[in-house]
Amino acid sequence: MTDRLLRWVLRIGAITSALIMLLILFFLLLESWPALQQITLTRFFTDPSWHPLEAAYNLLPMLSGTLYASIGALLLAIPLGIASALFIVYYAPPHLALLYQRLIELLAGIPSVVFGFWGLITLVPLINQLHPPGASLLAGILILTLMILPTITLTAHAALLAVPDEFQRGAVALGLSRWGVIRGVMLPAARTGIVAGIILAAGRAIGETMAVLMVTGNVVQHATSLYDPIRTLAANIALEMAYAMGDHRGVLFVSGLLLMLLVMLLSGMAATLSNKHHA
Amino acid sequence: MLETVNRIWRSGYRDLFAQTIIYIAVAFVCVVFIWILSDLIRGGIAHISWDFLIESPRDAGRAGGIGSILVSTLLLLLVALVVALPLAWTTAILLAEYVPVTSKFGITVRYSLQVLAGVPSIVFGLFGNAFFSIYLGLGFSILSGGLTLACMLLPILVSTAEAGLRALPDSYRLSAAALGLSRSATLFQLLLPAAAPTLAAGLLLGIGRALAETAALLFTSGYVERMPGSLLDSGRALALHIFDLSMNVPGGDAPANASALVLVALLLGINIFAMKLAYGLQRKRII
Amino acid sequence: MKLDVNKPEQSVKDSDDAFTLGPLQVGPACCNPQPIIQVKDLSLHYGNKTALNKVTLDIYRGCITALIGPSGCGKTSFLSTLNRLTDLISNCRIEGSIHVEDSDIYAPTYNLQMLRRRIGMVFQKPVPFPFSIRRNIEMPLREHGINQRNEIDSIIEQVLRDVGLWEEVHDCLDTAALNLSGGQQQRLCIARALALNPQILLMDEPCSALDPIASGVVEDLITRLRGRYTIVIVTHNLAQARRIANYAAFFWVKERAGHLVEFGHCRDIFETPTHQLTAAYVSGARG
Repeated sequence: MTDRLLRWVLRIGAITSALIMLLILFFLLLESWPALQQITLTRFFTDPSWHPLEAAYNLLPMLSGTLYASIGALLLAIPLGIASALFIVYYAPPHLALLYQRLIELLAGIPSVVFGFWGLITLVPLINQLHPPGASLLAGILILTLMILPTITLTAHAALLAVPDEFQRGAVALGLSRWGVIRGVMLPAARTGIVAGIILAAGRAIGETMAVLMVTGNVVQHATSLYDPIRTLAANIALEMAYAMGDHRGVLFVSGLLLMLLVMLLSGMAATLSNKHHA
Repeated sequence: MLETVNRIWRSGYRDLFAQTIIYIAVAFVCVVFIWILSDLIRGGIAHISWDFLIESPRDAGRAGGIGSILVSTLLLLLVALVVALPLAWTTAILLAEYVPVTSKFGITVRYSLQVLAGVPSIVFGLFGNAFFSIYLGLGFSILSGGLTLACMLLPILVSTAEAGLRALPDSYRLSAAALGLSRSATLFQLLLPAAAPTLAAGLLLGIGRALAETAALLFTSGYVERMPGSLLDSGRALALHIFDLSMNVPGGDAPANASALVLVALLLGINIFAMKLAYGLQRKRII
Repeated sequence: MKLDVNKPEQSVKDSDDAFTLGPLQVGPACCNPQPIIQVKDLSLHYGNKTALNKVTLDIYRGCITALIGPSGCGKTSFLSTLNRLTDLISNCRIEGSIHVEDSDIYAPTYNLQMLRRRIGMVFQKPVPFPFSIRRNIEMPLREHGINQRNEIDSIIEQVLRDVGLWEEVHDCLDTAALNLSGGQQQRLCIARALALNPQILLMDEPCSALDPIASGVVEDLITRLRGRYTIVIVTHNLAQARRIANYAAFFWVKERAGHLVEFGHCRDIFETPTHQLTAAYVSGARG
């Protein structure tokens, strides 16, 4: 009797949890629907500029800003993250490996607003000395790198650990050097897991808001150099939601929907990859 | 002969080169981590005092403390946990104990939570604003902020609890059944107590995630820095306070720094404690 | 269910090939050969694989019955059908009938918890729950409605004395059961099963995960339990079966399904087996 009751309670809980996802999609669609009906999709790419108060809704500069920042951060974080994972698994003595792993985990726990704050008071002035104004694509890339580094390191670490021991023993028995074993056997064997982690990190980078908003200067433009200020899609939502009305608000929800679909696509890819890996 | 020697020398050289690169990368990450922490500590320690922790902010936060902010943060956290914990744990129990791994229902729920885990926090903010603040009419309040946070916390709470339950050996379930315990008795008397450390570790991670959150709260719990009178009042979270002081208040850097230090200290403490729990668990399993 | 010790012998006319022996001619004095469990035409399928095919056999009250045979011949599966632990395996199907004291345990209305209370089970690997020694025994008792503090205490002392653990642990009842040695853990698991005052004990290779000394201690314990409990024990150790069992049932794999080949007095099985396979197996020529 209590067993049956419990089963129902559990089922209701699980269904509610699963429905939240749909609820979010539904409300994003609901809020963007009027705007999507008013504004044809092509206008998001062909309007002369982003001046929402004058009904000009070109999202391209924000998209390019998001992509530049994310790709730049990935380019830096991938080598650093994989090197960190290799250090933990193969190079460090056990206690140092554990210590470094904890440090990475703590890095993952630092909130984005603190990264943003640190960027604002330390990195931006430094870059400003190099090339004004300081608040720039470069600052955004550097901060994002720090934020996605733990994701890449920890997933690569897990993927490397999941490689069967026999592979390594077999490769060592062939007389390969340490780097030969890693490059020739371990990294290829762990590739799918590492790539899945990189895709997850890309999702985080695209969706990151506060830290990027605080250090990139938030000028709506296509960056021509690393020192140009940019604005990302996520930062745009945070900046303009407070006063957006009507279509403007709708367009912000459209960009939120866009972000969400991008991230869903990426996490779907990562999930398929790691499923294939396990199968 | 010479060529062989040459090749061996070259592979050794490559080995050393790779090792050097890796050590440099690791040293770089460590230096940056220490740099961030020391910057925060140096800039914030002078400003921190008992008064700073209990006083309400004055003059847009330039003076006074963060007392009311801490209270708002705590209330947000409470609302989020009260809503998210029952949902998350019932979901985890169902997924781990009652449906087979390959069942359609289980896969659907798990996939939905996986997607939820990837949703950017600003999107949660948009949703919270549209659903809780406007559609449900809760306005800019601690309640809407806390409910938004609850949605964000679900995936991490479910996945840690499910992993904790799955890590328990099947022999527990068999033995309990052989002792004539009902399924609910097995669950409450044996499985949940045995998985308590992982549940607690997941809970701590969730608390950490909630404390760190800013973007989802921007348009749900609002900016008001007064002491909240009820859950329907707007209340400013600590993370949001840091953002506001550093971006919108000229001369707010010192209190922002001190607040950041308080937040980081809290989070590091929580994370280290969670690690201790999870690590102690692993060790016990080895023995 | 009323227990009637002096009930006359069950008639076996309805199935000619039943391994029912009638009154015991020779054998230890404790044995009073009345069937307590009657298994008829029992088949067990996992999905479309057959693990057991048409097993018919009686288990006698107060005796030790050893199930022997090579691995994968369905001994453990057979054991789990007796307390319906097979219910926990999702794709497991059962045909035939099992009567415990004349009531069909697979009848839809049968009280499963009561069945498992009457039939205790001990597994190959000791499964102490991650609690204190005391709580390991106390928790199932409370679930079965025994709530009096002093009653629980006296049962704990009683069963720990029964398994010879009292002297070793009476001053550390509140320490973790996981700290005990393997043999102590297994004896604790037996004590935990005995605390529910079962009539029947199922043992699935209770000694094979233990070192030789602990194994000997547990074996002595099983011998001492003879007469007070009906014991069904799976063992790979033929010498052990021979030392402790009154009856032996020999299983073998035919066409990938487990069959019962021969059942009889332990001495007969080992010394004058009627079946060729049995002779080959007990002499070590096959299996």
